[in-house]
Amino acid sequence: MMDEGRKIRVLVAKPGLDGHDRGAKVVARALRDAGMEVIYTGLRQTPEQIVAAAIQEDVDVVAMSILSGAHNYLFPRVTQLLRERGADDVLVVGGGIIPDEDIPGLQECGIAAVFTPGTSTGDTVKFIRENIKR
Amino acid sequence: MNQGDLKGEYGRWKSGTYGKACARFPERRERFEGSSGIEVKPLYTPLDVERIDYLDDLGFPGEYPYTRGVQPTMYRGRFWTMRQYAGFATAEESNRRYKYLLEQGQTGLSVAFDLPTQIGYDSDHELSAGEVGKVGVAIDSLADMETLFDGIPLNKVSTSMTINAPASMLLAMYIAVAEKQGVPADKLNGTIQNDILKEYAARGTYIYPPKQSMRLITNIFEYCSKNVPRWNTISISGYHIREAGATAVQEVAFTLADGIAYVKAAIDAGLDVDDFGPRLSFFFNAHNDLFEEVAKFRAARRLWARIMRDRFGAKDRKSMQLRFHTQTAGCTLTAQQPDNNIVRVTLQALAAVLGSTQSLHTNSRDEALALPSQDSVRIALRTQQIIAYESGVADTVDPLAGSYYIEALTDEIEQKAADYIQRIDEIGGAPAAIERGFIQAEIEESAYRYQMEIESGQRKIVGLNDFQIEEERPSGLLKVDPAVGDLQCRKLEELRAKRDGATVEASLAALKRAAEGSDNLMPHILDAVRAYATLGEMCGVLRDVFGEYKPTVAY
Repeated sequence: MMDEGRKIRVLVAKPGLDGHDRGAKVVARALRDAGMEVIYTGLRQTPEQIVAAAIQEDVDVVAMSILSGAHNYLFPRVTQLLRERGADDVLVVGGGIIPDEDIPGLQECGIAAVFTPGTSTGDTVKFIRENIKR
Repeated sequence: MNQGDLKGEYGRWKSGTYGKACARFPERRERFEGSSGIEVKPLYTPLDVERIDYLDDLGFPGEYPYTRGVQPTMYRGRFWTMRQYAGFATAEESNRRYKYLLEQGQTGLSVAFDLPTQIGYDSDHELSAGEVGKVGVAIDSLADMETLFDGIPLNKVSTSMTINAPASMLLAMYIAVAEKQGVPADKLNGTIQNDILKEYAARGTYIYPPKQSMRLITNIFEYCSKNVPRWNTISISGYHIREAGATAVQEVAFTLADGIAYVKAAIDAGLDVDDFGPRLSFFFNAHNDLFEEVAKFRAARRLWARIMRDRFGAKDRKSMQLRFHTQTAGCTLTAQQPDNNIVRVTLQALAAVLGSTQSLHTNSRDEALALPSQDSVRIALRTQQIIAYESGVADTVDPLAGSYYIEALTDEIEQKAADYIQRIDEIGGAPAAIERGFIQAEIEESAYRYQMEIESGQRKIVGLNDFQIEEERPSGLLKVDPAVGDLQCRKLEELRAKRDGATVEASLAALKRAAEGSDNLMPHILDAVRAYATLGEMCGVLRDVFGEYKPTVAY
């Protein structure tokens, strides 16, 4: 459980070459308005860069967004690298244009939830609060 | 009746007939407004268009200030170009989709490239992993481009290419394919997007820093004015700015501010405004608010004509004509009850046609879920054909002109956009405003407000936050085979083994020297393309010389 008084720290990340960041920025701001500390990576991050930032910033959550269809490759790379670095207590969630049939596979790789178009930011906030691992 | 009488009568109606009705049955909202915060009044009358002068502000189609359209006959002569943006997986597969679309009555091509191509990486680059062939077709060299247009005569179609940072390379490949087909460059029709400023502000596929990017762009203007005279050398795009969350007014303002920056850069590079001005084209979004959108298109045309004539001293009327492509708003499509998207797209497409667009892409119903399937694309194309052939809206020019509401709104959007442009001018123009994050912050603010309106229920989206149903996600969505990446890497390996390495090396070295100096880069890029240098090699040479753009993250 979270320490009392410590804000939830979230890294909002854009892995891969996709430049669509409207969703990532809206989510980042909504999480911040919900009282979390949010760091946004900016575009074109490799899984290595995302994991390094997550560890350096000591975040509780990594929230990734992809609309380019590269999620099946990039999302699992991030969870794998987090495990390798002993940071698998970080909650990892993803969002974007992600077909339903891809979701079970992503969850098996450690993506705790996948938020598809139409999700309200309130639902994302609630999920993070209820599922935070540390 | 004179205006004074009307004013009195209007006042009488407002406090009398209307006021009483409101007292008995309150209106649905206290204040009605469009995306840009412009208040929508209950009624528009001649009083709202008092300050509009017909000849100065509207004029006639094909004449300054082009409010009523850039062509004298508009769709009575020829319908808009029906141009569906398409491309995925390999050149072979995309070639098949293009031929299908042409068989179905599409009248122009529009090429979607995958992200590695758009960012100038070969398919076997480490950053390309997972992205090859996903959001568009993978093009690594002239060989892929030859396959992409195989059996499509380039003197018969016009082709739009959504390519920005590496626009010179893809245009050179297109010219080289045409050469092989025996079609000279001066017979080619089409457009490259080539609009880097909106990449920094809203779309994200930049490579080089602004100064070097502007040089590439002005090199293209210059080269095409002499060698590819019918080519639209840039498509100054509000589309992505709107998709990123901007309002209608912001879309017009930021797009035209970008346009001003390109015109300035070209003039500073020594070009005459009327040498390149006629080949500038634009690309706008068609969003949900029908009247606001129609007014937006009309306002953009009038404002650009005034900017080109009064600010830049253009003399050629073609330099003053804002010609534009439209795409319906992808961000309005819902993953819920996706068939409803067909209706949204119809309304948006209608706005584009009533706004006198030159070409149109209609989105497919399944685009909030995946790349569009062939069936969905056909329905999207049929939507345009039904508007064109059955609705009758294309039979007279600018049919909504003279509506008190449309004219008042056109005027207000123009005013508000002009005010924004003035603010951007004060910051030092669009490049400075982007560098400072001003434009991005304005867009983000609007995007957040829109999302909060949906979440509070203040803005209703049918099927999303009201009128929901329990439903299964649709099946039959298009999926790009992950093997495309491997296939494309194998093709690259074969190409590198087969081509004349020495010629490639020499052409790349020449390109490097030119980039270090001040020559126009287009002829050097064409030489490298003809030698089958890969896109990644050519962009890599320029990365070495120009460096790469590193955005400052506002968060």
